[in-house]
Amino acid sequence: MLKDSDRIFKNLYNDYSWEIESAIKIGDWKNTKEICSKGKEWIINEIKTSELRGRGGAGFPTGLKLSFIPKEQGTRPHYLVINADESEPGTCKDRDILRFEPQKLVEGSLITSYAIGAHTCYIYIRGEFFREGERLQQAIDEAYEKNFIGKNACGTGWDLNIYLHYGAGAYICGEETALLESLEGKKGLPRLKPPFPALVGLYGCPTIVNNVETIAVIPTILRRGAKWFTSLGRPKNTGTKIFCISGNVNYPCNVEEEMGIPLKQLIEKHAGGVSGGWDNLQAVIPGGSSMPLLPKNICDTIRMDFDYLLDQKSGLGTAAIVVMNKDQDIIKCMARIAKFYKHESCGQCTPCREGAGWMWRMLERMAKGEATLKEVDLLFDVTKQIEGHTICAFGEGSAWPVQGLLRHFRKEIERRNSSDPLTKRIGDKIPYLIDQHLLENENA
Amino acid sequence: MPKITVNEKKIEFEEGLTVLQVCELAGAEIPRFCYHEKLSIAGNCRMCLVEIEKSPKPIASCAMPATDGMVVKTNTPFVEKARKGMMEFLLANHPLDCPVCDQGGECDLQDQSLYYGFDHSRFTENKRQVKEKYMGPLIKTEMTRCIHCTRCIRFATEVAGIPELGAIGRGEDMEITTYLEKSMDSELSANVIDLCPVGALTSKPYAFEARPWDLKKTESIDVMDAVGSNIRIDTYGWEVKRVLPKINEDINDEWISDKTRYACDGLLKQRLDTPYIRENGKLIQTSWTKALKKIVKKLNNTKPEEIAGIVGDLVDMESMFIFKEFFNKILTSSNLECRTKKTYLNPKNRMNYIFNSSINGIEQCDLMLLVGTNPRSEATILNARIRKTYVENDIEIFSIGNPGDLTYPYKIIGSNTQVLKEIIDEKHEISDKFKQSKKPIVIIGESALKNDYGEYVFESIKNYLIKNNHITNEWNALNILTQNASRVGAVDLGLYKLNKKDNFPILNKLDTNEFKILYLLGADELRFNKKNEFIIYQGSHGDLGAQIADVILPSPTYTEKDGHFINLEGRIQKAFKASYPPGDAKEDWDIINQLSKALGKTLNINSRKELEERLINSSSIHSKIGEIVKSKVDTNETQEFSFVNSKIEIDFVDYYFSNHIARSSMTMNECRSIKNKLLSTGTKG
Repeated sequence: MLKDSDRIFKNLYNDYSWEIESAIKIGDWKNTKEICSKGKEWIINEIKTSELRGRGGAGFPTGLKLSFIPKEQGTRPHYLVINADESEPGTCKDRDILRFEPQKLVEGSLITSYAIGAHTCYIYIRGEFFREGERLQQAIDEAYEKNFIGKNACGTGWDLNIYLHYGAGAYICGEETALLESLEGKKGLPRLKPPFPALVGLYGCPTIVNNVETIAVIPTILRRGAKWFTSLGRPKNTGTKIFCISGNVNYPCNVEEEMGIPLKQLIEKHAGGVSGGWDNLQAVIPGGSSMPLLPKNICDTIRMDFDYLLDQKSGLGTAAIVVMNKDQDIIKCMARIAKFYKHESCGQCTPCREGAGWMWRMLERMAKGEATLKEVDLLFDVTKQIEGHTICAFGEGSAWPVQGLLRHFRKEIERRNSSDPLTKRIGDKIPYLIDQHLLENENA
Repeated sequence: MPKITVNEKKIEFEEGLTVLQVCELAGAEIPRFCYHEKLSIAGNCRMCLVEIEKSPKPIASCAMPATDGMVVKTNTPFVEKARKGMMEFLLANHPLDCPVCDQGGECDLQDQSLYYGFDHSRFTENKRQVKEKYMGPLIKTEMTRCIHCTRCIRFATEVAGIPELGAIGRGEDMEITTYLEKSMDSELSANVIDLCPVGALTSKPYAFEARPWDLKKTESIDVMDAVGSNIRIDTYGWEVKRVLPKINEDINDEWISDKTRYACDGLLKQRLDTPYIRENGKLIQTSWTKALKKIVKKLNNTKPEEIAGIVGDLVDMESMFIFKEFFNKILTSSNLECRTKKTYLNPKNRMNYIFNSSINGIEQCDLMLLVGTNPRSEATILNARIRKTYVENDIEIFSIGNPGDLTYPYKIIGSNTQVLKEIIDEKHEISDKFKQSKKPIVIIGESALKNDYGEYVFESIKNYLIKNNHITNEWNALNILTQNASRVGAVDLGLYKLNKKDNFPILNKLDTNEFKILYLLGADELRFNKKNEFIIYQGSHGDLGAQIADVILPSPTYTEKDGHFINLEGRIQKAFKASYPPGDAKEDWDIINQLSKALGKTLNINSRKELEERLINSSSIHSKIGEIVKSKVDTNETQEFSFVNSKIEIDFVDYYFSNHIARSSMTMNECRSIKNKLLSTGTKG
């Protein structure tokens, strides 16, 4: 269990107040000037040694990402873009940061912008987060008033402007290059990589795109030191993380916990356990809808961090834990997720455009028991043809949950679809056919 | 040079190439749909996947920059499996209607599915159905067949410079459309048909006309404007079914204008197939002998000074050559003219009437001044090149006169000769820019050379450029944008008449009706009041020239004879015979030869081959086919001129109706009425 003193997001449940005064009381904007005065390289190095990994889903080492930005500023400006387009089903951590801990994000933007040499920071916020956006804008305005950002921000001599931009509700705009396209006013289609945004990003300029949570934890890490951060969790999977627990649990919640906490402990301690008891658990999606699900026998022992879950052929993703107990029709659940991906595919590249709809239709039929056994293999083939062949990671995101289902619940699908759909649909009233004898078992 | 290994073959490559291009160099063919050399990289069809060492995933080779030491494999089972998967996805929602699809036989999807397709479909769902879209009279759509390669969108936004084509919806509901389903307002629109790798966008006038393997293909030259686009003419029997572009990087890249492509149905209509004689005010059919007899009788009774010959806009070099010989030697007249409008001409040096910077050279320029020209309708392909240069190099473009929408931004700095004088006297802001510029381009249109101010415009610009060292053997900034395919060749051959005081004596004399006989060689653009002139019209179409004629001699069009043309940059190219003329029509040289014989004289030209040889030997300019013969720059050759204060107005070019073939074409007619409707309703972008 994480000690209260090690908690980064002290106001995650709005116990204090989100306004800047109370944020300062709980420790935000403390020593910001001193941190910046230690220099850009120190900041990036400290983040590197803290082994902080991106909280947006892919888990890319943040320090390494920041170091990709050109050291010398050329003629082109640098940009920091914060990805607040939190749309992954099951995930709601950024929302609470925006609502209750906006100053952490603003402070993080200043320090990161300073470290990468950006004078402009854009926050791309999900369009549906309208109230959250208002709140964040108030927080930004408050920070301007206190001169924490703006000209000579926080007395560091660094100028920083933060702009808020609302998305229009497309899931794909959470992909970093699609986000940049959307921010530029174009259709949100992912770009081809290379070149990566750190070299050619927003308006063709070097850009760092990071998740809200990643940016929000940076000030605390720098304040308390990388050593403190690495003391939590295990190597390469350090620090704390906000877990979003939803689904068939007694108390769905967001909770900040140490990395590597056992899943069972997490659910039982913070979410009041699985509804119907632990034995009633069927499966868990450990990292948001795009990660493969895990059945109960794995969930019994699994610990929640990037590498543990990777070993189980799943992933931590956004750490959004979706719990499904035995009341749920697992195939129907996955069909619903596939429908989501079919609906949100941008349509730019072939495999995802054509494959996502195909997968969804097959799964729908499988859920109803109208598919054939052959189609189970076909479905797996289709997921393999999508995976790794697309422009962005959306392809994997849509294929993995289906692969997870096939990996762990193949028997269930086969059981439900074992009889010939033709005979089943007609039921007992089989009309006389010329090939009638073929339908009878002894002649088959 | 960096090295790369493709299928265990090591090759060197230039920096900046993509993996796909390097693989092509190494001889490994890579299937593709969305990738196109002339368009930006989209990387969305995923057909060009290759295996690159150390990468766990297959890589889209079209978008991957090649780097030193890369190891690429294109023929492994891994690659083949990935491509087969892509092909299955593409075919999943593609209808199986090849037997009724016009793309059949030249379809990329059909060809590649031969190598990467499964023998049966595993897709048992219902196929997607998309409503067809209206894209104007040239493009037929069948959007169910679309594979979303976005080539058409990229062409429209990048090359044609119109934002009217785009994709709406997302995922499998994505649709390519013109948003408001109106006609594409571009003179290059039909190129999307060639670009479309499947049968989603096909040619509307050519719909269900023929199968590609039934057509005879002839490579030739276009004459609809002075650019000389390289084309391929597809014929079925006598009929020219369609015209397609042929790649020529120096002239038309891979594009042709809509007029070049679709005026071809005008080759079948309004044709003159037999000689006519006017009797009692009516044209009646007659035989060659009778027609020639009538001409001979008339010619014998007229003084040489009272005979004039005017050459039209689509006439080939051979015809003009023999026409001139006929006039000079047999009629002993020098009254020849190739201009049908009063535009200033200074033929002392070849650089005075051609596009010296060359079409390819536009890409090097850093500053452009358009003087009284609308390149979009006068030379569409050249305009596309200017746009390309603008997009790539972001050059500054200025214009004297208002040409309207040119698909790229430019600044109008005035519309009279006064502005020009300011620039030349270095009182204008652009004068400094011209001084600093290394490779400027000044394009003078025919509208700027009109009437009384033409001389001032041309000579002053030329003097100014010479003064600023912009006319040298390395770079010549002086460019004349001619509109007619025959013009440069005609001037080269000397089919003009001028004297010191009067630049267009023949046209002036025409106005005062001083000629007794007018011999029109395909000249339909002449505007004058006919009084008592006896008019001989020799040409292919029953157009304006034939209407006023007293004798009509039918001859073939550009697709029905071999012939040379010199384009506006002074490049001589050969057009080939793809079809044959209808009825009794005879080739121009043959008609003139027979007429000479009827007059009792001979030109000593007995065959077309002999004529061609004499033409080519007549000047060193004509011997190098496909090349521009650079004439020496003579900066001392100047002419006096005086300032004329006048407004420079750009003449409206009725793009879809600019010559007699286009005027006879139903397709062009339709395009024109749609364009006029757009103009009148005010919905034009």
